[in-house]
Amino acid sequence: MKGKIHSFETFGTVDGPGIRFVVFMQGCPMRCKYCHNPDTWPFSGGTEYSPEEVAVRVLKYRNYFAEGGGITVSGGEPMAQSLFVGELFSILKSKGIHTALDTSGVMFEADDVHVFDGLLSVTDLVLLDIKHIDDAEHKKLTGRSNKNILAFARYLAEISKPVWIRHVLVPGITDDDACLKRLKSFIDSLGNVQKVEVLPYHTMGRVKYQKLGIDYPLEGVQPPSAERVKNAKEILSVR
Amino acid sequence: MFFKAWEGFVPGKWSDDEVNVRDFIQRNYTPYEGDDGFLAGPTEATKKLWSEILELSEKERAAGGVLKADTSIVSTLTSHKPGYIDKDLEKIVGLQTDEPFKRALQPFGGIRMAEEALSMYGYQIDPGVKEIFTKYRKTHNDGVYDAYTPEMRRARTAHILTGLPDTYGRGRIVGDYRRVALYGVDYLIAQKQKDKLNLDGVMTPDKIRDREELSEQIKALSALKQMAASYGKDISAPAETAQQAVQALYFGYLGAVKDQNGAAMSIGRNSTFLDIYIERDIARGILTESEAQELIDQFVMKLRIVKFMRIKEYNELFSGDPTWVTESIGGMGVDGRTLVTKSSFRILHTLKNLGPAPEPNLTVLWSKRLPAGFKKFCAKTSIETSAIQYESDDLMRPEMGDDYCIACCVSCMRVGKDMQFFGARANLAKCLLYAINGGRDELAKDKKTGKPLQVSPMFAPVTGDGPLNYEEVVQKYEQMMGWLAGLYVNTLNLIHYMHDKYSYEALEMALHDTNVRRFFATGIAGLSCAVDSLSAIKYAKVYPVRNEDGLAVDFKIEGDYPKYGNNDDRVDEIAVWLVKTFMNMIKSHYTYRESVPTMSILTITSNVVYGKKTGNTPDGRRAGQPLAPGANPMHGRDSSGALASLESVAKLPYEYSRDGISNTFSVTPASLGRND
Repeated sequence: MKGKIHSFETFGTVDGPGIRFVVFMQGCPMRCKYCHNPDTWPFSGGTEYSPEEVAVRVLKYRNYFAEGGGITVSGGEPMAQSLFVGELFSILKSKGIHTALDTSGVMFEADDVHVFDGLLSVTDLVLLDIKHIDDAEHKKLTGRSNKNILAFARYLAEISKPVWIRHVLVPGITDDDACLKRLKSFIDSLGNVQKVEVLPYHTMGRVKYQKLGIDYPLEGVQPPSAERVKNAKEILSVR
Repeated sequence: MFFKAWEGFVPGKWSDDEVNVRDFIQRNYTPYEGDDGFLAGPTEATKKLWSEILELSEKERAAGGVLKADTSIVSTLTSHKPGYIDKDLEKIVGLQTDEPFKRALQPFGGIRMAEEALSMYGYQIDPGVKEIFTKYRKTHNDGVYDAYTPEMRRARTAHILTGLPDTYGRGRIVGDYRRVALYGVDYLIAQKQKDKLNLDGVMTPDKIRDREELSEQIKALSALKQMAASYGKDISAPAETAQQAVQALYFGYLGAVKDQNGAAMSIGRNSTFLDIYIERDIARGILTESEAQELIDQFVMKLRIVKFMRIKEYNELFSGDPTWVTESIGGMGVDGRTLVTKSSFRILHTLKNLGPAPEPNLTVLWSKRLPAGFKKFCAKTSIETSAIQYESDDLMRPEMGDDYCIACCVSCMRVGKDMQFFGARANLAKCLLYAINGGRDELAKDKKTGKPLQVSPMFAPVTGDGPLNYEEVVQKYEQMMGWLAGLYVNTLNLIHYMHDKYSYEALEMALHDTNVRRFFATGIAGLSCAVDSLSAIKYAKVYPVRNEDGLAVDFKIEGDYPKYGNNDDRVDEIAVWLVKTFMNMIKSHYTYRESVPTMSILTITSNVVYGKKTGNTPDGRRAGQPLAPGANPMHGRDSSGALASLESVAKLPYEYSRDGISNTFSVTPASLGRND
């Protein structure tokens, strides 16, 4: 079995606890307007690796994982290559490495909840992006409904899987107080959420769009002010 | 032997007729494992003094970099009347000349350099001084040029050897300035006199030189006493209080910078030593925390205004006007106790009390086992000031023990027991081009013929236009490196002979053991560029592009190749091979005064200038583009994140690069995570 991988980051510090080896999978079904990795969208690109090959790379850094670190598989959409990721996690778990899945949850299907049980059984932590709590807004932002994503969140709660919720804050799009409050009450209803992270939107992805010849969807949108970030953190009770 | 000044100290070898500062520290220091809660802010006097210095700095900037320069008095320990910033406020006194910010005239390294530096800033050297130093008193620079071979000159012109200390002071020698405080100068003189008496018997040239040097050392110590006396201070006997200890130690250092305009004038490892005096005074009730901090603040203030008269190119080379007043802090003792004391905190706290500054170069000797309180304080101070350098004590301690210090930026020596003959870098990227082109320089021209300058003997070049063959290139590279290593060592042999002869560091050496261990500190530049070039030749196809002289002046690369900096053994192994190979070649040569050869990989800013003098390389780097600093991967080629990059560098064998390996690594706070 091979996985299609966009790239590796050996010193990930913002995608899960501790120092993390981050694997960016190639290919994503979503087209989020604020995505800063449009180069990971097409399923056609990437370099193929076997789970064993990736595991060898990861294990070179196990000394750095001592204080709570581990591997995070991000993307792209890792759940689009769930068998590969499951195999990789299973190898690493057997070596005592902490595993985190950074996903949008969009691949989940509410009427067939057990599809990803194999992957989840070797996943220690899910970093779940909830991009918008309002379905209509979610569609505008990502091109997809949020129904499966919220269902995935509820399923993770049901199986008591530790979760960090992440919310990208884009001025005028995802920073509306009323929606943030709705998001907050959704999160509160889950019971398995260990942490909520507010990620301020940034424009560093812009150059990639230029390189790829794609129009930048959020042209003119500025990163949120410190004040708006603080406001969102307060509403979502982020420490 | 016991001095009254030593009351309250635990005696031992150090007080038993042997100069042994480490033993004194080990028996008397108090490790500190707490936090920074005890620290005091700056006193009013400190604040006022510092604002006066800031004002002078502003004036100096406005004046174009030099505020005042001495053009007629040749700097010696006793050349100038005492100078003050604001006498009544100064707890620690002493300036390089009779006025703050007035730069001294130091022509022993080379009169031309001294003259040029002055004229660049609009000053004219006193004709009398110039006459003396051209007609009657030879300088280091003159000595070197009298003896240089044509080949050495060519290598210098072509910049395959760069930064040779042949026109200026070599620096990098660190006196054990603590000895002045602990023993007083009279005792140190008596010890040196004893050593001189023991140098008897057959008068070989070496012994004659040693005897002459000891005389110079003794004279320098006497001059140091005189210098202190001019400030109304008596340092003939051991220091009795913390203030006297800081003052005496600083005088020792001040003497060194009055005597030498060295490329790096580091100060050693002093904070834990001084802590013993501070804690004794606090216990006696004659010093408060605020007063203790004031001593350290004012000591550091003095170190911040150490200045040398240098040519502008020198400042360009180092991106600033560095003096490398490196102070080594913390670390662990070989007995398992930490060497962190409250004064390790106090000296770092100067960054807060006086604001951040690049000098003195505060260097924490980092160990996993340092106390948590100190680690936290270091992290906090680093975040606030970005002004702390860290080096691995765990790596250096096994070889150097627990009383070593850092000279310049990474070079470790046992304080007062080791010295070094430092100098220059061999440009290994250029050397690879020489291997391909048979020793003809890709940029420099022969002035007479206008043809490419033949720098090495005429070795067989790589011929033909087909892709470069890895085995052939490596074989020719080894041959060329063998030539370069020999030339490099011999050039340094010659330079250091002349430096000893014409610009001997009498005071600094007086503060070393007479039987000192000498290092022969070589260096390399362009490591990653050479390594990637070899990797390209091995794993991709590299075609030489030749000019009308048949010289390979550019390279066409077909295909991709593994790049150093991605934790990829295929290429990292080449880097390890290169370091070992060149160091072994260095080691195979005779080195001056039985010095121990070492090597460093540590160009920190000069890589830019070295790059300017290096043509297109087989890795795809364009002519004139910077080489990577130190052991860094080439810019932008480490594409697997920081750990992969660091792991590649960490594979380089320290045993073969004992003088230090540097990796310049910048991180923004945000890239270290979201929480504090």
